[in-house]
Amino acid sequence: MLESGNNTIRIIQPGPLTLVQDQGRTGFQKLGVSVSGAIDFDALNIGNRLVGNDPNAAGLEALLGGLEIEFSKQTVFAITGADIDADLDGVPVSTNISYTAHAGSHLVLGMVNEGLRAYVAVAGGLNNSSVLGSRATHIASKIGGVDGRQLAEGDVLSLGDPAPDGLSGMVFADDEFSSTVQNLTIRIILGPQDDEFSKTGIDTLLGSTYSVTDQSNRQGLRLDGPEIESKTGRYDIVSDPVVNGSVQVPGDGKPIILLADRQTTGGYAKIATVASVDLPKLGQASPGATISFTAISVTEAQQLLIDRNERFAAAELGNVVNQIAMRIEGEEISVGVTGNTAVHLAKINDAVYPVSIDEYTPAE
Amino acid sequence: MGSSQPREEDVRAYPRLLPAGDSGILIELGSEIDPVINSRIIALAEFIETAEIAAVIELVPTYRSLLVSYNPLETGYDEMLGLLNETLDRADYSALDSATQTIVELPVVYGGEDGPDLENVAEYAGISIQEVIDIHSGTDYPVYGLGFSPGFPYLGGLDKRIAMPRLKTPRVRVPAGSVAIAESQTGVYPNASPGGWQLIGRTATPIFDVNKPSPSLVTAGDRVRFVQVQSHA
Repeated sequence: MLESGNNTIRIIQPGPLTLVQDQGRTGFQKLGVSVSGAIDFDALNIGNRLVGNDPNAAGLEALLGGLEIEFSKQTVFAITGADIDADLDGVPVSTNISYTAHAGSHLVLGMVNEGLRAYVAVAGGLNNSSVLGSRATHIASKIGGVDGRQLAEGDVLSLGDPAPDGLSGMVFADDEFSSTVQNLTIRIILGPQDDEFSKTGIDTLLGSTYSVTDQSNRQGLRLDGPEIESKTGRYDIVSDPVVNGSVQVPGDGKPIILLADRQTTGGYAKIATVASVDLPKLGQASPGATISFTAISVTEAQQLLIDRNERFAAAELGNVVNQIAMRIEGEEISVGVTGNTAVHLAKINDAVYPVSIDEYTPAE
Repeated sequence: MGSSQPREEDVRAYPRLLPAGDSGILIELGSEIDPVINSRIIALAEFIETAEIAAVIELVPTYRSLLVSYNPLETGYDEMLGLLNETLDRADYSALDSATQTIVELPVVYGGEDGPDLENVAEYAGISIQEVIDIHSGTDYPVYGLGFSPGFPYLGGLDKRIAMPRLKTPRVRVPAGSVAIAESQTGVYPNASPGGWQLIGRTATPIFDVNKPSPSLVTAGDRVRFVQVQSHA
């Protein structure tokens, strides 16, 4: 079905901040190289699964949406992450479903309805040259993606070879893995420097509701809420390593949750660390979202992660088009309706496209 | 990285193994910037690498602590603590020898456009500009760790006579290669970036290149020697 030659997508409108991301650049933190990668890594993971990619394939992370891309060739794609309206050549498409775009098709993402970051996975993955083992963009150090920067109008990204079994019309329906909830309960593991804080300080962290401020970005979520008391009135320590989800408390007593683009080290005491299973949700927390914290043990957090991985591996992709089948001029055509009835699909010779179906009004 | 101000006496027992979430263990060997503690951190990273613990993903040494990042799907917390404690028990730091350290020489043009804060440092220190240069280039600095930005080396042991606080307002853009000081540390900005350290000179030697198999010219445990030159070669 695929024509030979270089398969690409072109950025027609980049939106506020669209980046090439994968699951991050590990192994070079000792050289000061940030890990980076998709903040809602579950969403990118689902997208890759839907289009038949390797889990670490690179896709687009579009902050707030607003992205328009053009496909050079017939390509399977999926949108995941934030709740967002999108259309392919004017026909609505849903999130968490894989579709086929024709050569020349335009995919347009509106602005997000809920959540913060939408992901577009394309079969074969974005094929930019990898830097230190990853295609993830880290803007602050100008590494990865396209020249280490956010995507701009006119950028052309080449795609890798799609997996032979990558199908369109597949749906990932387990909503455990893609959450845009804006009143969050986040599980944390106290430490490594919780002993820098008074009991009152720790009680404050665990007993209060914090809100995400607009000073937040891919480096971290800056929270507003009750001040966390340290034992000595000081919050700085000799700088040491930080991890994804480190909850550090600077001098104003208000916690900052470090995210994918964090520097490798930090000089504020870290009262806690977010459990890995809850990290993706933070990537969808908009300014104004509320966060309360619950402390769990390391072992509990690891068990949650094990359970979640098993659940993800066991989650089967559904086939959304199974309703009506017919043969028209030798082509096998079936039509389906997603749970969201505003979106219709047609399967033509194994490729699933979004279709418009005019409302049918019976005659009197 | 940061503060070197003295704290209350530290009565905690080291080493401390602390949870850095469900995928990291932080090993602290002390709470202060100290060359002996740091050299042990770097040695410990080598010992753990040698132990070839399968679940270990990467090691991040800093002044006085080491992050062991690991895959909890492979090895759980308690088992990791056991493996790391075994390594700590076996650790023999007696062989540490500064003679085996790599010395990296960096030619530096001090002052002028290359070091716009050099005069202020001299004034703050109450000595001449050349004295600042002689003091700064008269010591080999241990690389305590890399951080802040790719390849940025934190160099310890700056002479107290030329120690100076950070700028009150950080610069939006510090040129690549800038040699800078802050408190008792000195360092080199590998690439143009924002920064709040006092800029005293600049080296034209690239110290970080992602296209090289070893991207960083200096790594933790090396020593850096600054050599004054009058112009960039």
